[in-house]
Amino acid sequence: MRKTTIKPLIATLAMIAAGSASAEISDKEIRIGYLADMSGAYRDLGGPGGLEALNMAIEDFGGQIDGAKIVVVSADDRNSPDVGANTTREWIDRRNVDMVAGLVSSAVTIAVTRILEENDKLGLVSISASSAITNEYCTPNHIHWVYDTYAMSNGTAKAIVREGGETWFILAADYAFGHAMEADVERTVKAEGGKVVGKARHPLASSDFSSYILQAQASGAQVIGLANAASDTVNAITTAKQFGLVDSGQSLAGLMVFINDVHALGLEATQGLQLTTGWYWDQNEESRAWAQRFHERTKRMPTMVQAGIYSSTRHYLQAVKDVGSDDAQAVRKQMMATPVNDMFTKNGRIREDGRMVYDMYLAQVKTPAESTGEWDLYKIARTIPAQLAFRPLSESKCKLVNKS
Amino acid sequence: MNLALFDIPAAVLLGQLMLGLINGAFYALLSLGLAIIFGLLKVINFAHGAQYMLGAFLALLLFRHFGIDYWTALLLVPILVGLFGCALERFLLRPVAGESHLYSLLLTFGLALIIQGTFTNLYGSSGNAYPIPAALRGALSLGFMHLPTYRAWVIVAALTVCLAAWLIIEKTRLGAYLRAGTENPQLMQAFGINIPFLVTVTYGFGVALAAFAGVLAAPLYSVSPGMGANLLIVVFAVVVIGGMGSIVGAVITGLAMGLIEGLTKVFYPQAATTVIFLVMVLVLLVKPNGLFGKEA
Repeated sequence: MRKTTIKPLIATLAMIAAGSASAEISDKEIRIGYLADMSGAYRDLGGPGGLEALNMAIEDFGGQIDGAKIVVVSADDRNSPDVGANTTREWIDRRNVDMVAGLVSSAVTIAVTRILEENDKLGLVSISASSAITNEYCTPNHIHWVYDTYAMSNGTAKAIVREGGETWFILAADYAFGHAMEADVERTVKAEGGKVVGKARHPLASSDFSSYILQAQASGAQVIGLANAASDTVNAITTAKQFGLVDSGQSLAGLMVFINDVHALGLEATQGLQLTTGWYWDQNEESRAWAQRFHERTKRMPTMVQAGIYSSTRHYLQAVKDVGSDDAQAVRKQMMATPVNDMFTKNGRIREDGRMVYDMYLAQVKTPAESTGEWDLYKIARTIPAQLAFRPLSESKCKLVNKS
Repeated sequence: MNLALFDIPAAVLLGQLMLGLINGAFYALLSLGLAIIFGLLKVINFAHGAQYMLGAFLALLLFRHFGIDYWTALLLVPILVGLFGCALERFLLRPVAGESHLYSLLLTFGLALIIQGTFTNLYGSSGNAYPIPAALRGALSLGFMHLPTYRAWVIVAALTVCLAAWLIIEKTRLGAYLRAGTENPQLMQAFGINIPFLVTVTYGFGVALAAFAGVLAAPLYSVSPGMGANLLIVVFAVVVIGGMGSIVGAVITGLAMGLIEGLTKVFYPQAATTVIFLVMVLVLLVKPNGLFGKEA
């Protein structure tokens, strides 16, 4: 039994007094929809492993809350906003889904959260990166866990510019996420006194990066920022290596690097790469224990995203339990009132714009000599405190933020 | 030295054209296989991308589990995947041979999804690194660019294979049977040529070409289950532009489209993925049978 405070009681009483929500669980079931890329470029960072993490959170509640069964449905959105939006509509209309978890491609997330807002259901976004999701596209119906482009660029780009990497070439994936990342990196680099000397955009899931790498080489920039993810990042790094980009004195900055990418590329190709991460399996005792549990089930170490799916689902289910309802607004309010304290982070806090803010880490990829095992890949260089990691509310364009 | 053309230094332009040629070599190899298969079987082989991926994966797995090196794989993998292709033709494609094109199209499309899905389930989607063979590491300095030796090899290898395939088809007896079989299979059968066998071998050969391209691509791109699907649509456009079933058309168009794509990447990179389809639309409007296609 987790510690019970008086807060949930007050929250419940306040709700009953306001008469706004029925304090019970709709149709005696808590229905969670897991929407993610299960087969494409982003499969390995969330995908089936994320579903496993979600199930682990549900198991920790014994599969039910006060007699109401927790039911999961899942679907592959194939990174298509249309597929994602239609699936969500179907889930809400025909399957009474209360909460949608996962949510990968930023374009899908922006489409889905709009539907969640129309229907007053809840979304827990754990994989998307665009910082616009809690800025111009914020809704009272979703919460953004793990990272966003603001935090990722803020961590990595700031550190690199401060170490002397002042001229940048940005290679971005040509859709919502890449654009947001590009803008956030450019802002960070300029704010730190650096300069962006060139940019190029490539389509999602490209296989040939040679011409972009050639442009980056010709630009003469000291740092090539990769504002892409997953297989695109892997391909870009491989190609850069073949064209001798690093040997000729330029360096690569992966702005969105996941542990499975480093694992796929190998330490030989990635050693020394600086990156920002929201979570690393080897960060403390609790994270190691959870990662071990995950590894037993999937034979892989979890990505920060998969850990985030567990963390956000657990926090959600705890809130449902505390208020005794699966009403979106009541649960969101309760989630905001409770700090996030688990294997993912300590004292994480959900702001009114839906952003979960917490301490992030600046990490560096180990050298083959430093690594002691297959998944011993990062060393944590330092902590980026929550208040510095994320976009301050004073700069927010979110309609939910009262700036008076 | 800076022959500025639209503010683009000559070195960049030449570099992009060179890269275009490399991509073009892949388009040529893959569209050649498709054209050969379509020519004789009239099958639109949607599994071509998956067979290309299979080639890359097989090379990777042979290297990982049996330590078989790149050069052996370059020979062995096309044979193995080609045999797999023969089996597919014999047991799956032949039963629908007399039906409408749609049957074989859907069949190969389904096969592609199954093969790709199986590999995604087994190996994930992140991609795997395949080392460049020692003899082809390093880079050549061309003056205007730093060209990795392996990429230079890709152009040479792909063009050699394309040329060899063309010679076999145009200059040998087997090739003559094949061309005749395309024109009039009943008559050929009457002359005592074993057409069903010829069909099986042809399909296997087309598939082997895809696998060969896959092995060539393995050290270049990360080996991932989606690698073929990304390429396939472009390759289909190349075949349509070249003229369905035209062998010379497939090779020339493949190289030309690589170059056009390379040029687009210099002047307007966002259009690089669509420019080939634009060319396709224009060609279809002017010459509905493709640039090298015969009148219907």
